[in-house]
Amino acid sequence: MTERVSRSGAPRSGPARSGGAARAGQARGGGAAARRGQGELDLDEVALDPKTRIIVCCGSGGVGKTTTAAALALRAAEQGRKVVVLTIDPARRLAQSMGLTELDNTPRRVDTGDSGDETGAADKGGELHAMMLDMKRTFDEIVSAHATPDRAEQIFANPFYQSLSSSFAGTQEYMAMEKLGQLRARDEWDLIVVDTPPSRSALDFLDAPQRLGRFLDGRMLRLLLAPARAGGRAYLKVVGASFGLFTRILTKIIGTDALRDLSSFVGALETMFGGFRERAQQTYQLLSTPGTAFLVVAAPEPDALREASYFVERLSEQGMPLAGLVLNRVRRSLAPELSAGRAEVAAAALDEQGGHATTAAVLRLHAERMTLATRDRRMRDRFTSAHPDVAVAEVPALPEDVHDLDGLRAVGRALSGERPTAP
Amino acid sequence: MSHPAPVWPQARLHVVTGKGGTGKTTAAAALALALAADGRRTLLVEVEGRQGLAQLFDTPPLPYQERRIAVAPDGGEVRALAVDPEEALLEYLEMFYGLKRAGRALRRMGAVDFATTIAPGMRDVLLTGKVKEAVTRVEQGHRVYDAVVLDAPPTGRIVRFLNVTAEVAGLARVGPIKAQSEGVMAVLRSTQTAVHVVTLLEEMPVQESVDAIAELRACGLPVGAVLVNMTRPPRLPEPALLAAAAGTVDAGELAAGLAAAGLAASLAGPLAAETVEHAQRWALEDENRAAVAALGLLTYELPFLSEPVDLGGLYALAERLREQGVGAQA
Repeated sequence: MTERVSRSGAPRSGPARSGGAARAGQARGGGAAARRGQGELDLDEVALDPKTRIIVCCGSGGVGKTTTAAALALRAAEQGRKVVVLTIDPARRLAQSMGLTELDNTPRRVDTGDSGDETGAADKGGELHAMMLDMKRTFDEIVSAHATPDRAEQIFANPFYQSLSSSFAGTQEYMAMEKLGQLRARDEWDLIVVDTPPSRSALDFLDAPQRLGRFLDGRMLRLLLAPARAGGRAYLKVVGASFGLFTRILTKIIGTDALRDLSSFVGALETMFGGFRERAQQTYQLLSTPGTAFLVVAAPEPDALREASYFVERLSEQGMPLAGLVLNRVRRSLAPELSAGRAEVAAAALDEQGGHATTAAVLRLHAERMTLATRDRRMRDRFTSAHPDVAVAEVPALPEDVHDLDGLRAVGRALSGERPTAP
Repeated sequence: MSHPAPVWPQARLHVVTGKGGTGKTTAAAALALALAADGRRTLLVEVEGRQGLAQLFDTPPLPYQERRIAVAPDGGEVRALAVDPEEALLEYLEMFYGLKRAGRALRRMGAVDFATTIAPGMRDVLLTGKVKEAVTRVEQGHRVYDAVVLDAPPTGRIVRFLNVTAEVAGLARVGPIKAQSEGVMAVLRSTQTAVHVVTLLEEMPVQESVDAIAELRACGLPVGAVLVNMTRPPRLPEPALLAAAAGTVDAGELAAGLAAAGLAASLAGPLAAETVEHAQRWALEDENRAAVAALGLLTYELPFLSEPVDLGGLYALAERLREQGVGAQA
């Protein structure tokens, strides 16, 4: 039997009791649902609420974002919602965990088969679709949509475009936003679950549209375009000196050819300029509406929780709707009533008596496990004391990696606060 | 099995990568400490602007400047550097073109940010270029650093990050950037460099390591060792462990043992379940250990520390690397 650790010791309130109202409270961060149940987050209340249309899973690399996103999506689908999960992951982990061999830039229906109980997806009319972001293809599609065919060809052939569209920094985040906007515009799904790119910083995802906007709005762009604009004499006068310096240095470093490529790329970009900015802003707006829920995902490790803290602060600064924190891989003991200290003492006593080496080893194993469980609890408590309004859902550490639908279902149950079934 | 001879005993640049969450920064720091023993000097470099080294060593954020961050047991030292692409570009302009003030003007105009945004390959050349400069730096006829350890981007991005010539080839067909990238690449592909991969004995990190190693090899980048992080010894004698992995714990012995220790009999069930989980985890780790061994690379194990890693923990990890032969003088 596994005991669900509750910090308050109070019994958990039942799932989905206060559904919509709780969501509305959460939408502004730290609302009713977040405080209810002394900080326990029930994700059924978020994912099954018809008002929730988008869930964004964010957090640092390696904390289980992809698994969390897939588990939530599967659970919502099996409870009757039509769900698409968007993952951005070069290692194709979602593909592995969902038993798919191929994920491309379009959503594909996932065969969820028989879930083994009466809550199978088919029974409740839900559907699960999954897709993996193809960053370059998404970028190409935007170019095609915003430029004439000739112009688009020029852009595709430009080496700077090729570098920018296939690189990871920034572009991936922006394209994830773009794809999310596209999926939402199609309005075919009740719920879109997004897994964010494995950024060096969890914040890159939020910053990407603004950075791109700043970039496209930037002085540099205008400087590079300046020679192409006849009649901009007054403007050139102002920037003239620095512009001369800029081109001189650039020519020196990258050569005339590259400078010409860069200049023409920037010129081509400008034709799509408005479209880019508008779409980035629309998606950003979309994310700040109450139909969106951000989930910050972390593991009980200092680095991951530090990133989670930054993210929580940023979301609240920007008025983004935070549903709570998912804490993955939390170690728990199955016999919490026996402390690490007592187990150690008992093991030492057995060593002295002799003859019970196996039991002594079992007790030491338990002591180690209690120590780790205590450490994880302390990590969570530290986070909670810094962010008392953020509700937390814990997923216990599993002995094995999640790589099938049953594994995702087990994670889904933990996210909804269901007691894990006895082994 | 026939494998290429390990390349890295001659290496002076140690690139450390790994899947997110495997502890690559910790492993890089432990490696830098281990290599600094016997009075040597190493440089530990980070390039992702995360200030992970400052957090690990519990120091204020690192500037763009090489600072002593730790002392190795017998007189060696570890210096640390957080490379920032803007600073690296300014330094580059000053060093090669004497453009100090112009560089600052460019930064004020946002040119540096612009250049590194529009051409990420160029940013990577600046970062790896700075690393190469440290590796090859000579003062008064001596190498400044015996070894440079780079806390590199994670496995998903490592090949693109290191394969700088491919990244800038299309952008700059001639000129100094191209020459610069070729110089960097020559060092990265030489026996001076070893790319080490940090993994855990879990399925996905091992799979990503295997994939990354194949990609690195395909690009001609020299793969060094596999650093297996957070390993734990089995807590049970082998026969009991094997039985527990199969789901069986000797209930009679456990009941007798608990009674002898004066503990409640009701603990037997949960303790048996914990033992089975431990044994199953051990069995999975063993499978993953075999998958790592099949790579035919030098493999070093770093033990799991029950407390979050601090400086003391780093010394302990470095010592374990030393015991396994890391940093032994040829």
